[in-house]
This record gives sequence, structure tokens and C-alpha cells, in this order.
Amino acid sequence: MAVDLPFEKPLIELRDKIEELKKFTEEKGIDMSTEVATLENKAQLLAETIYKELTPWQKVQIARHPDRPTTLDYILGISDDFVEMHGDRNFRDDPAVVGGIARFDGYPITVVGTQKGKGTKDNLYRNFGMAHPEGYRKALRLMKQAEKFRRPLLCFIDTAGAYPGPGAEERGQGEAIARNLIEMASLKIPIVVVVTGEGGSGGALGLGVGDKVLMLEHAWYSVIAPESAAAILWKDATLGQRAADSMGITAQDLYRFHIIDEIIQEPFGGAHRNPAQMIATVKQLVASSFQELMTYHYDELPALRYDKYRKMGIFSEDNR
Amino acid sequence: MLKDLFPKKKRYATITPHPSSRDKVPEGLMNKCKRCGEILLSKELEKHLKTCPHCAYHFTMTAEERIQVTLDEGSFQAFNDRIRTENPLEFPGYLEKLEKVQESTGMKEGVLTGSGTIAGYPVVVAVMDANFIMGSMGSVVGEKLTRAVEQAMELNCPMIIFSVSGGARMQEGVFSLMQMAKVSAALARLAEKRLLYISVLTNPTTGGVTASFAMQGDLNLSEPGAIIGFAGRRVIEPMIRQKLPDEFQTAEFVLEHGMLDQVVHRKDLKPLLATVLSLHAQGGSL
Repeated sequence: MAVDLPFEKPLIELRDKIEELKKFTEEKGIDMSTEVATLENKAQLLAETIYKELTPWQKVQIARHPDRPTTLDYILGISDDFVEMHGDRNFRDDPAVVGGIARFDGYPITVVGTQKGKGTKDNLYRNFGMAHPEGYRKALRLMKQAEKFRRPLLCFIDTAGAYPGPGAEERGQGEAIARNLIEMASLKIPIVVVVTGEGGSGGALGLGVGDKVLMLEHAWYSVIAPESAAAILWKDATLGQRAADSMGITAQDLYRFHIIDEIIQEPFGGAHRNPAQMIATVKQLVASSFQELMTYHYDELPALRYDKYRKMGIFSEDNR
Repeated sequence: MLKDLFPKKKRYATITPHPSSRDKVPEGLMNKCKRCGEILLSKELEKHLKTCPHCAYHFTMTAEERIQVTLDEGSFQAFNDRIRTENPLEFPGYLEKLEKVQESTGMKEGVLTGSGTIAGYPVVVAVMDANFIMGSMGSVVGEKLTRAVEQAMELNCPMIIFSVSGGARMQEGVFSLMQMAKVSAALARLAEKRLLYISVLTNPTTGGVTASFAMQGDLNLSEPGAIIGFAGRRVIEPMIRQKLPDEFQTAEFVLEHGMLDQVVHRKDLKPLLATVLSLHAQGGSL
């Protein structure tokens, strides 16, 4: 099932017309090949204009595309021998966070990430990729295990945010994320983070403190989802587009801000147009990131990570 | 009722105050308790550290007031007063808003940091202020907190953060978000140095502040009735299409669910801090 996005409509219409003409040619035996060629040329140009100059709000829609590869697609696509591990050993297993151990590029790693569902039923099970405290605590358990066995940690982020619900509050959503931030800052292992789709707020950062943070070309990452920002700032959630355009949430913005280290190029039109190619690109960049980090002794990494985060923030200083 | 059968002749005319004037109390001289409605003389309120002597409602304190009632008199030395806020996203209206708030609060940003003593014990403190854009955390708040923690390491003394915050500051977007990681990383270092960190969560502490330093204390303390949570009630209620009980996300609720060590009346807070500081003063008995 292909899902088309609103801004792709002119292109879809044009492509439908081309198909119609081709069918017409076949059925009636009238040669329309020059017309088809002209239109195909036009479609190509239109596609290039649309996809090369995507607005932040259009990127948000691509990042949320239902056919976009999920964390499990990446894990299974880039590694072998994945052994999934469940549960936080305290309360329950949170299906919105997946994790385990696997072989990557020939060596064992620990991998964790937020998991969105495919289709309604799966999404209900995965809570649309919005984790509860036990999800963050499961992830932390696996991270500490990675440190114990001295293997690198790979984190995938694709979440609108941590789940805002009564159970999540009762079990300490804030505390769970806070704990991960302080623990991830001091883990003596290389950490690579990949923001694959949505990077919503503390819910994303709770798995997102790393030595290398990579971000897919059309992913977004910010302090809050654009609609929620609009609800807070202007008391109107329908102004999400305005918030998206003014908050600097794209991979290109974050790279310019020195918040992320690398942008991972997506297949033309977005990751969902060619998942296999996307997964292969992610694999390659994660591999080179780990290679670079593994030149350091694991003991040195927390200090380097500290310097990286220490620099974040924009302010000026009077030296009177 | 029986007594209604024998109406008493009224000897006085009843004057109903105009509804608009009913809630107004002369500014500066008196305050009305937000919970029990009792009228309190400002002097009386101050004597009770801005808590209601009738129902124990805790009024919001400014950062300056908090420092005054917590630290030993005259001991506070402010840090880093020269950091200035920028508008990294060129967010429309942000600098104008800042200017207005700076004027109304007399503060440059939403947190005061500095060193001082409590019952003679040296500490580094950071106190957020609710009146400064909801006590929100942007780059400057994050930087001042980080420097304060680094200063505590330099001085080899405990760190106390009084938080009050709506969370990360929207107008600085992802820069605000990253302050959560930055301050947490500094506190991780403080912990490695085996220095005490006490977090006091005051009304309200929510969002990204709850999801970072406010919940990372060796002791997490709060005041009665303070609202503490990650997502606000206004976000959760429409999501679940239910009304949440009144006690949801109060300090007492959060204590019951295991995220706080104690809920302490403001008058008992300084003595408790002094006791905890004294128990850590020798740096462990082994």
C-alpha cells in the first residue's frame, strides 16, 4: 500500500496521466511516445524540484511516513545473529523499545531503539513508538550490559516523544529519562546514535547521548513535536507547520548547529522509496563511525563525550 | 429548618461587595491564600516563609527570596552574571519577550547560581525562578547550571539545585533540549568525584527539567503540594479522554510512587539540608 503525501500530489497526478497515455497507446495503437517522453521529462523535473527543496514541514511528513523503515528493519538489515532481549526486570516489557545483541561488521554490539509499528494493530502494540519508563529502563539495562561486556552500543531513535500517560507518570517517566542521561554520559563504551525518523524531545534524548550522532536526511529532532510546540506557544496545535518552519528541526539545521555529526543521505524521495538502499547506507556510516571510535581506548570516551556536550548551547558573554 | 419559621428582623443592611473588588487585596500589604482563601498580612506571610499558617499552602518564591531563606545571611556570592541570552533560531518575538521579562523580574536569566553556606557548611546553589518565562531552560540556564556544578567540583563541596520549571525553553529548540544532556553530564562527573547533590523540586517542576537534573539527586526533596511531572495534565487529559484526580502529580503522589525521598514543609527544609550536609561533611566514614 503506497501512501502519498499532500505535497506530492502534482507529481502523482502527472504520473497517472503518463500511465493513462501509455495505456492508450497500447490499446488504440496510436503512437504517443513523444508526448509520453515530454511528460516523463516534466515529471522528472517536477520530482527534483519537490524533493530537493523540501520544507521542514514536508520533511516531518516524510519522517512519519508509514512505510519508512523501522528500527527492527535496520537492526535485521545491518547485523547478523540478532538476539532480542526483553523487559526491564522491574515492571514489564515495553514493546515501544526493542533491544538486544547482534553481530555487526564482524564484532558483537548491543543495539537498542524505539520501535514504531507497521499498520494499526502493530502500532497499538508498539504504542506508536512512544516509550514508557520501563522502555527506558530496559534500554539502560542493556546499555550497562554492553559496558560490562565491553561491546559498542548502537541506538536507533524514531519517536514522537516519551508517552504522556498516567501510568508513565506514576512510574516516573522523568526519572527514567533523567537516569539514562546521566548514565549514558559516563558509559565506557563507544556509542553511535542514529535518528532515523522522528526525534521527539526528552523521549528521543533518553536514548540519544552518544559519541557520534547521525541523522537521516529527512528526519527531524527537536525539543518537542511541532504540533505540541504550536499548542504551547500559540495555543493552537494546527499551527504545526509554522512551528516546524521556525524551530530549526531538520538534519540540515542540526548539522549547522553542531548538534549532530553527520547527515545520512536518503534515497530520492525518502527512505520509504528504497528501504534496501537506505539500510545499506546506514550500515556503511555506522560501521565507519564505530571504526573511528574504536581507535580510542574505551576509558577515554566519557571525557570526549563530555567535551562534545559541554559545547552545546548558544549565548554570549560580556567581558567588562 | 424550624428557626426559619421565626424570622429575625434584620437590624443592619447587608452590603454585597462588587464581584470585581472581592478578590482584590491591597497590593503589598496583604495576600490572599490561593488554597484556603484566608487573608494574610504580608509580614505574617514572610514570617512563615511564604507559606499559609492556616492550610500550609506554599506560595511561589523568587530565586532571590529562596536564597535569602536558605543560605546563611550574607554568605551568597553569585557566579557568572555576564552570560547573555541569544536568539539562535531567530525565533520571532523571543528577544522582545526576554527584554520584558528581564525588566519585570530584574533578573538577566531564569537561574541564580553562586556559592554560600548553610549552617556553616559550604555549598554551591542554583535557584531557578518561576517568573522568568516559566522557569524554562534555554542555553544560558543550562550553561549557568553546568558552570555551577563544575564550580562545586572545583570547591570540592556539595551542590544543591532548587528547580521550578515548565521544562525546556521552546524558543531555543534543540539547543534547550541539549542542555538536559549537558547538565546531566556535569552531574555525572560530580557523582564520580563522590560529591553530594541535593535536588529540591519546587512548584511546579515539569518537562525536560524533571527528565534531567531535577530527578538526579542523591536526595530528591520537594515541598507540600508542588506539582512534579514529565508531561503536563493538559497534555495527558485529552490523550486519555479522562479527568485526572486532583492529587495527580503532586509531591505527595510522586513521593508515594517512589521518585522523591521526602516532602518537606518549607520551615523544615533548611534544618534538613543542614543535617544532610553535616552527615556528608567528613566525606564518608570508611
